[in-house]
Amino acid sequence: MKDILKINESVKPKFPKHVRFRHNKARDEWVILAPERLVKLDPVAVEILKLVDGKVSVGEISTDLSKKFNAPKEVIMKDVIEMLQELSDKGFIEE
Amino acid sequence: MKSDELKSGSKQLKTASEHGIQALWHFLAELSHRCPLQCPYCSNPVQLEKKTGELTTDEWKSVIDQAVDMGMHQIHLSGGEPTVRHDLEDIVEHCTVKGLYTNLITSGVLLNPDRLKKLEKLGLEHVQLSFQDTDNENADRIGGYKGGHAKKLEVAKWVREVELPLTCNCVVHRQNIDNLENFIQMALDLDAERVEIAQVQYYGWALKNRAAFIPTPEQLDHATEIVEKARIDLKGKLVIDYVIPDYYAKHPKNCMGGWGRRFLNMNPKGEVLPCHAAETIPHLKFDNVREKSLKWIWENSEAFNLYRGTDWMPDPCKSCDRKEIDWGGCRCQAMALTGDAKNTDPACSISPLHKEIFAMAAEEARRAPPEFIYRRYGVRFNSPI
Repeated sequence: MKDILKINESVKPKFPKHVRFRHNKARDEWVILAPERLVKLDPVAVEILKLVDGKVSVGEISTDLSKKFNAPKEVIMKDVIEMLQELSDKGFIEE
Repeated sequence: MKSDELKSGSKQLKTASEHGIQALWHFLAELSHRCPLQCPYCSNPVQLEKKTGELTTDEWKSVIDQAVDMGMHQIHLSGGEPTVRHDLEDIVEHCTVKGLYTNLITSGVLLNPDRLKKLEKLGLEHVQLSFQDTDNENADRIGGYKGGHAKKLEVAKWVREVELPLTCNCVVHRQNIDNLENFIQMALDLDAERVEIAQVQYYGWALKNRAAFIPTPEQLDHATEIVEKARIDLKGKLVIDYVIPDYYAKHPKNCMGGWGRRFLNMNPKGEVLPCHAAETIPHLKFDNVREKSLKWIWENSEAFNLYRGTDWMPDPCKSCDRKEIDWGGCRCQAMALTGDAKNTDPACSISPLHKEIFAMAAEEARRAPPEFIYRRYGVRFNSPI
């Protein structure tokens, strides 16, 4: 049985095998797909999730984004953790 | 048959784009109505399609291409039993090439490890395996297939061995609802990502068998408590989807996310339906992908446009502030229970027929369950009820 994942700075998040983060060409939009589930994403979430690959940590993702958007890492990381935790609770993210 | 209603309606029917509906999301592909199981709550129409009428591999591929161009996200390969088709591998491969999220909805009993391995290699992304109960004897009795449950447990292991994600589809009703905790435990034991606990919905075959399936309100409340507790206990470990029988709901279900808004179903012979039960509405005429493009059908088909949006609604739906939340509930249920598909779904507490139908169902639930009328492939009935 799987354990509940608590997202923190050192967690290296990834998508479970049954969850796909995919670009729909006809619609030109990024979505999360899972059985009978479709999650629409805002542009910030898309930027975060593009970096999720199971190899980089939440901290590294936040550093990357803080450079890209020229914002303090702590502020970014708070958003990253909050969003990934929500997705993880719904079964869309694992470590 | 209400031909006058159709005639007058056709003139003013708005198309999908006039309703502001851009593209479809989900596609339920009924590859075949053939199935070795005989579940008395089968969602297929009472009049089953013969093998000779089924679409060919190339016809399916062409429809998939069209759906992708329309922005479709997911395809559910279903039936009947989709694995009866020997070209399932070709169809899965084609879906993968086209970048679709590809889900197989199966009873599992015809699968073997090699075929599963092959399907996984070709890009299948998820398997939904149906379960009729958690104990062998009752499960096999409900499915009408000896040895079925034991085989399904084996299939679930093979699914995990090839590292395919698994959902256990558990249809619950008064004859297995006491095993609800066992269903959840079974899903955990089988290492499933997700379990779907769906109470029987009453159309077609299930409506014929309603008295055998409908739980009492007390049984339902107890079941809901169990699910709610499990959802908290298993948060982040197992996703539990739960569907209650809408007879006991306050509001009707937001059926199909609204008629013709995001979902379509194609039956084995290529007719395109707004939902898998739509054939129970006798005056609907369905367009066929052998004659028209999928895009044309989605945009213009009368079967879709008749109940799209809210213009068709009579009161109490018309003046209801939830009309764009639940879209009047289920058209098929309104047809089956009131004789007119435009009426408010009687599952809605505001429907004038809600109390009467609720009382009838509750009365059925208190009596001893009758024998099942099994869904047997090749047997035809003249009337849906």
